[in-house]
Amino acid sequence: MPGFLPPFFPEGEHFGLLAEYDSPGALFHACEKVRDAGYSKWDAHSPFPIHGIEKAMGIGRSRLPYVTLVCGLTGVIGGMALQLWANGIAYPMIISGKPFFNWQPYVPITFECGILLAALSTVFGMFAFNKLPMHFHPLFGVERFEKVTDDGFFISVEAWDPKFDAAATERLLASTGATNVQLVPRRGATS
Amino acid sequence: MMEVADNVSHEPVAGRAPLVLGRPTFHSITEAVARPAESATPIMWWLLLLPSLGMLSILGVSVGWLVWEGIGVWGLNQPVGWAFDITNFVFWIGIGHAGTLISAVLFLFRQKWRTSINRAAEAMTIFAVMCALLFPGIHIGRPWLAYWMAPLPNQMGTWPGFRSPLLWDFFAVSTYGTVSALFWYVGLIPDLATMRDRAKTQARRIAYGIFALGWRGSARNWQHYEMAYLILAGLATPLVLSVHSIVSMDFAVAQLPGWHTTIFPPYFVAGAIFSGFAMVVTLMVITRKALGLEHIVTLLHFDRMARIMLTTGSIVGYAYSMEFFIAWFSQNPYEQFTFINRAFGPYWWAYWTMITCNVLSPQVFWFKKARSSMVVHFIVSIFINIGMWFERFVIIVTSLHRDFLPSSWGMFYPTMWDFGLLIGSFGLFFTMFLLFIRFLPVIAAAEVKSVLPAADPHHDAHHADDLAHEVTRVSPHLAPKGAH
Repeated sequence: MPGFLPPFFPEGEHFGLLAEYDSPGALFHACEKVRDAGYSKWDAHSPFPIHGIEKAMGIGRSRLPYVTLVCGLTGVIGGMALQLWANGIAYPMIISGKPFFNWQPYVPITFECGILLAALSTVFGMFAFNKLPMHFHPLFGVERFEKVTDDGFFISVEAWDPKFDAAATERLLASTGATNVQLVPRRGATS
Repeated sequence: MMEVADNVSHEPVAGRAPLVLGRPTFHSITEAVARPAESATPIMWWLLLLPSLGMLSILGVSVGWLVWEGIGVWGLNQPVGWAFDITNFVFWIGIGHAGTLISAVLFLFRQKWRTSINRAAEAMTIFAVMCALLFPGIHIGRPWLAYWMAPLPNQMGTWPGFRSPLLWDFFAVSTYGTVSALFWYVGLIPDLATMRDRAKTQARRIAYGIFALGWRGSARNWQHYEMAYLILAGLATPLVLSVHSIVSMDFAVAQLPGWHTTIFPPYFVAGAIFSGFAMVVTLMVITRKALGLEHIVTLLHFDRMARIMLTTGSIVGYAYSMEFFIAWFSQNPYEQFTFINRAFGPYWWAYWTMITCNVLSPQVFWFKKARSSMVVHFIVSIFINIGMWFERFVIIVTSLHRDFLPSSWGMFYPTMWDFGLLIGSFGLFFTMFLLFIRFLPVIAAAEVKSVLPAADPHHDAHHADDLAHEVTRVSPHLAPKGAH
């Protein structure tokens, strides 16, 4: 079933190889081996985040905080500017004889604008980094993969990884203690 | 089902008691959490939904009549120009604080026990904020002009007055509602994917699938996801403290004796956490029983919540007495009159209801027997819900009804439409909560799995070491020489 938000992958007959493991520990140690073998286009899949797996996979820290920082500061500056401009320039109002340009009463709304933009950018930035929504993915064609949101632990190695070789990669995955290794077709099929 | 009923006590050798009882596996957690949303609708659910829908229709009629006729249908007038409307608003927004506190603050403090209750508490927060937002929308009398609060260029060429606490409130509450909903949804995504993958029918697969966004548990996704969750918790923590502080400034910035107090922001925040936890307890006592989740939402969770209620209830009690002390200490006759009138004037019954429910009733939680009894939890939580509604009523109405000039004193008598809105807002809240427990996973399954001992990738290798270390920590005299 081609979904309505499919991913963009290079052409090819296969998506790659999928290996299954029986515990978080087995997945963790397998990740270290795949990392040391020099693969780059591969991923681990688990029902919950596994502590320290980013090191085992050799991937760096998320850069999401920078998005949050920039957007949060935009919210702060925009919120303060909006209030100073609206109540100081566009429509100055005399309230209790207070000066037109005083920042103190504008702090609460400035704070809220900063939080609002920071939170929205964090969530949508996370979606963008993760390429979500992606309603179709070749892995969803694998029946076994449904366990990934329950108690299944998997490694997928993509066919367009420069080091990918169906036979050699399968041997590597089998040697990491996988309970099952299978080839995943490019477009949805069941097995 | 349960092998240990009591996981509150510390075992001297094994260390901390398990958060989830019955030696769960990852799969058994999935089953326990997903099954209630997949099995046939229990008759009990309909029996609860029908009265909730009845109350919701009372809300519809009350709001409709109010909009048609104007706020003259309510009992408020001079001098009591705010009464049930703002009482209900502050009551609901206060309840809405527990969800974010449990999700964000306890997350930052690494309190793992939160994982069993955070989903339901966050959902409750969103529904409470929905109820709360209704009241500022309608109490202005002309709800079709509510957009005047937004900073939009309008036909009069004016702008909102940003120096007004009422506008701060509008921004605080709408930001809070948005951020709470985002936080809740981000937490739901992995569990929605679980529901998608377990779906037996195509319709369910599509319905859950759309909102699961194609989540496939990728470690590269988890990394950004966990970072997003941490940042949201960091943002929500100051936000939750700011919201009720700003709500309190609606009162504290005014000149009225009884409102014009610097203690209000911390006092309101403590009260909000207090009432929010009480509502979580009320709902969870019933939900865990109805959905068979007693091994996930355990006695330990209720014990912790009881301690928080005892603490915040005592802080609120301290604030009540400090208001009296300051009234005496300031030697301000208006301030002194307001507080004596509050306790012994025509609204004495509201004041003493508040004191009994909020200050006295949670004191039973000093005793372990009370903290271990679901019946006591339920009764005390109901008392606190009532008491916290009365607290806002007392602050608002007793301060307004007799201020500086005796010639402008008066009384407030609610009409049936005041009660209609109060009952109706509970209808909205319960209807939403019932829909939530019917269709969505009530427990954050992915998070509960991640705090199981088996979720640690080094669990097998280090288990023996851990146990030895634990023995050393608890009983140093048992430690081998040189170890510490």
